[in-house]
Amino acid sequence: MTTTTTTRATGPLRTPPPARRNRLSKGRLPRWAIPAVGLAALILGAAASTLGGFSIASFLIYAALLFVAGATTTTTVVEGRRQGTNSFFKYLVVGAFLLALIPLVSVLYTVLERGLPGMTPHFLFHSMNGLTGAVDNETVAAGTPVLGGAYHAVVGTLLITLCSTVISVPIGMLAAIYLVEYGQGKALSRGITFFVDVMTGIPSIVAGLFAAALFGLLFGPSTRMGIVAAVALSVLMIPTVVRSTEEMLKIVPNELREASYALGVRKWRTITKVVIPTAISGIASGVTLAIARVIGETAPILVTAGLANSINFNVFGNWMATLPTFIYYQILNPTSPTNIDPSAQRAWAAALLLIVMVMLLNLGARLIARIFAPKTGR
Amino acid sequence: MTTNTLTRARGSGRAGDKVFSGASRSAGILILLTLFAVALFLLIQALPAFTADPAEVSGGEGFASYIWPIVVGTVIAAAIAILLATPVGLGVALFISHYAPRRLAAPLGYVIDLLAAIPSVIYGIWGYLVLAPVLVPGYEWLNANLGFLPIFGGPVSQTGKTMLTAGIVLAVMVLPIITSLSREIFLQTPGLHEEAALALGATRWEMIRMAVLPFARAGIISAVMLGLGRALGETMAVALVLSTGSLIPSLISSGNQTIAAEIALNFPEAFGLRMSELIAAGLVLFVITLAVNMVARWIISRHREFSGAN
Amino acid sequence: MSKRIDVSDLNVYYSKFRAVEDVNIQIDAKSVTAFIGPSGCGKSTFLRTLNRMHEVIPGATVEGKVLLDGDNLYDAGVDPVTVRSQIGMVFQRPNPFPTMSIRDNVLAGVKLNSRRIPKSDADDLVESSLRGANLWNEVKDRLDKPGSGLSGGQQQRLCIARTIAVKPEVILMDEPCSALDPISTLAIEDLINEMKNDYTVVIVTHNMQQAARVSDKTAFFNIAGTGKPGKLIEYDETATIFNNPSVKATEDYVSGRFG
Repeated sequence: MTTTTTTRATGPLRTPPPARRNRLSKGRLPRWAIPAVGLAALILGAAASTLGGFSIASFLIYAALLFVAGATTTTTVVEGRRQGTNSFFKYLVVGAFLLALIPLVSVLYTVLERGLPGMTPHFLFHSMNGLTGAVDNETVAAGTPVLGGAYHAVVGTLLITLCSTVISVPIGMLAAIYLVEYGQGKALSRGITFFVDVMTGIPSIVAGLFAAALFGLLFGPSTRMGIVAAVALSVLMIPTVVRSTEEMLKIVPNELREASYALGVRKWRTITKVVIPTAISGIASGVTLAIARVIGETAPILVTAGLANSINFNVFGNWMATLPTFIYYQILNPTSPTNIDPSAQRAWAAALLLIVMVMLLNLGARLIARIFAPKTGR
Repeated sequence: MTTNTLTRARGSGRAGDKVFSGASRSAGILILLTLFAVALFLLIQALPAFTADPAEVSGGEGFASYIWPIVVGTVIAAAIAILLATPVGLGVALFISHYAPRRLAAPLGYVIDLLAAIPSVIYGIWGYLVLAPVLVPGYEWLNANLGFLPIFGGPVSQTGKTMLTAGIVLAVMVLPIITSLSREIFLQTPGLHEEAALALGATRWEMIRMAVLPFARAGIISAVMLGLGRALGETMAVALVLSTGSLIPSLISSGNQTIAAEIALNFPEAFGLRMSELIAAGLVLFVITLAVNMVARWIISRHREFSGAN
Repeated sequence: MSKRIDVSDLNVYYSKFRAVEDVNIQIDAKSVTAFIGPSGCGKSTFLRTLNRMHEVIPGATVEGKVLLDGDNLYDAGVDPVTVRSQIGMVFQRPNPFPTMSIRDNVLAGVKLNSRRIPKSDADDLVESSLRGANLWNEVKDRLDKPGSGLSGGQQQRLCIARTIAVKPEVILMDEPCSALDPISTLAIEDLINEMKNDYTVVIVTHNMQQAARVSDKTAFFNIAGTGKPGKLIEYDETATIFNNPSVKATEDYVSGRFG
């Protein structure tokens, strides 16, 4: 029977036993090791880069390679091969993430840097009507602010996108309702689901060609109107609307439908007054995301609506410009071939405007999902 | 025997059910019809190109020889994109699902998804004006050191508007597709398998290799194929970035073309037989991407049945 | 406001599979009848045929007759919707409509059918239904709040109020208390005891003590084995079923030897 507990308080002061190194931590790298390797890699990388004429890119590449090699070797030597492999892949994975961030940061930074100077009220509210190469040449020579704007493109973007939303949302939602409420298990449903999935992969230019071909057959070749572009965009939007509406409808618990039937309510009223209102937040955000996707499409518009320089409010008459095609043509065919800077500035400003619209739509989708979700207030 | 009081229908609305269900079924059928209509109308408008006198088709030797180099260019551009995007995309997906701190995972995922939100035309002008000039020194280096390989043969383009640049831009656009799909699959790995591996004393990488990757294999394949479908059909990134020309083996000189870019660059001014040629090219692209997407979706659907995630 | 139900030779099928076999039962008006039996014996399935809710499942069919005060629910020309407006149902898990307020939930049977009633009538209906469900005092100050913000027991009473508001003849209840705590269960059982003054109530329960507390008559269903159809074994006064059953299987079940 051991004597135990009471000693500490009553006995004389004892020095604690000498600290023994935890056996479980044997063979591990000390915590300062990897940062040290990192520092060495930076220094050596700078040196290597300077040898061939210093540049940020080569410096970073050398430093990264040296770090991975050095850290992996150190880990392998001290902790063993398995840990070494583990570290190696960890650095690769982190490196992949950082690599993916580079284009993102670069694109956003470039758009901001080159687009902000051009974002003037003049730009937002004027079209390219009457803007010729000569005007641009004068602007550059005199150093005056760049003229010409994207108002007509904004109008075109909004109108065409609105039209395609009006076409796609009813068709898409009704089809999703069929898939979830009426067609469970039927062969037609399986067919629709499979092909809707496949349709999400249609190249946007093919959708544009289809609309052009369709209207060309019906109304004569080379029919270029805003509405044709809207039809092309609908082909791209409908699959997205169907998929997201379908997912949201499936989430609505079956018990709600049964409660409604048990009250003597008809199926179509149950769908429109119980199921859809319950799912509406998800549906609305899905539609918003679909709009965000097509608002940036260029190819279908190129082949269907042409390009215009002046404001056109009529989707059924003549060519219309949208922001993406405006950007495309300003870069590819600058207004003044000898002075391309004004065109470039207009293009980047339009790009900034477009990105802002897309980001706002994406943000809006999340907000809608949160605001319209059924509340559980107490 | 008195009549059944229940047959006296209370209130109308019975017709409403028929109307509504009919409308929704029609919408579903309309979508199917649209897909077939796309194929049909393209075929009709493209027919002149297939049946025309070979001498009249662009290039003077018939449609097949006109389209063949462009198809090759399309496939090469897409192949470069997939080769670059797949490892990076899988790495990012693994990072978000298994390496990043839990609380950061969702915001980081959202950040990467921003890549998908950027419109393609903006990638195009970025590729042309920003990326291409930056890559020129790299191309010079490749040509100087590895120039014996045909793909790195000279002369090096001074603008950087080459197939390799286009492939890189395509890779950036395809990356979010591969990442988001793979991320979902990785997150669905049954926790039981992961814990079993860790309990055996596996390192994190070994656990991933043992439990996550085998489970995700089919999903990864289909994610890559969906990315491939996107890369094959992408227009803007190529139309703005590539300096077009005939088919050449070098990836760092100007030249080469893809179907989508060919259509985009030439359609607005085209009429008659030229338009038919371009629509025929579009039909070829449609068939290729349709096949790729159907295989990808088929793989996904088969995997879902066996994944246990149901 | 209550009718009797007479069921003769009822068979329930899921596609080719016979789930319930040859049920003959008469349920008196203004009474509470309990269906008891082990899991999977078909009592819920049978209950749902009484208001044609089983038809919601594709492939479910019925042979036989169900007479509501003489009118066959399954005659040609009878719309299931009409049936359900006379025979209401309360489900196992409370399911108030999440996008509607308490007031709108109670009125759902009316509003969803777009039947116009003047506001004062609507208010009266809300109050009388909520009183009938013993919920009025607890929610009268927050009728405009969402229905999903209530406790489980309150939500179930809200569902009962919703069912009563349509003024049905019969109320079917499919294990209404199995998702609730004991206090809420007691509140609902008290409610059922009051409801039988005005309605015919049929309640499916797997809790035998509940059946004994609440019902006037009890029907015991059983199943011979998996894959076989369920059958009505014995139907009698509740006291008889629990103290003096005629069939051995009934006695085994109520004394806890199986189930």
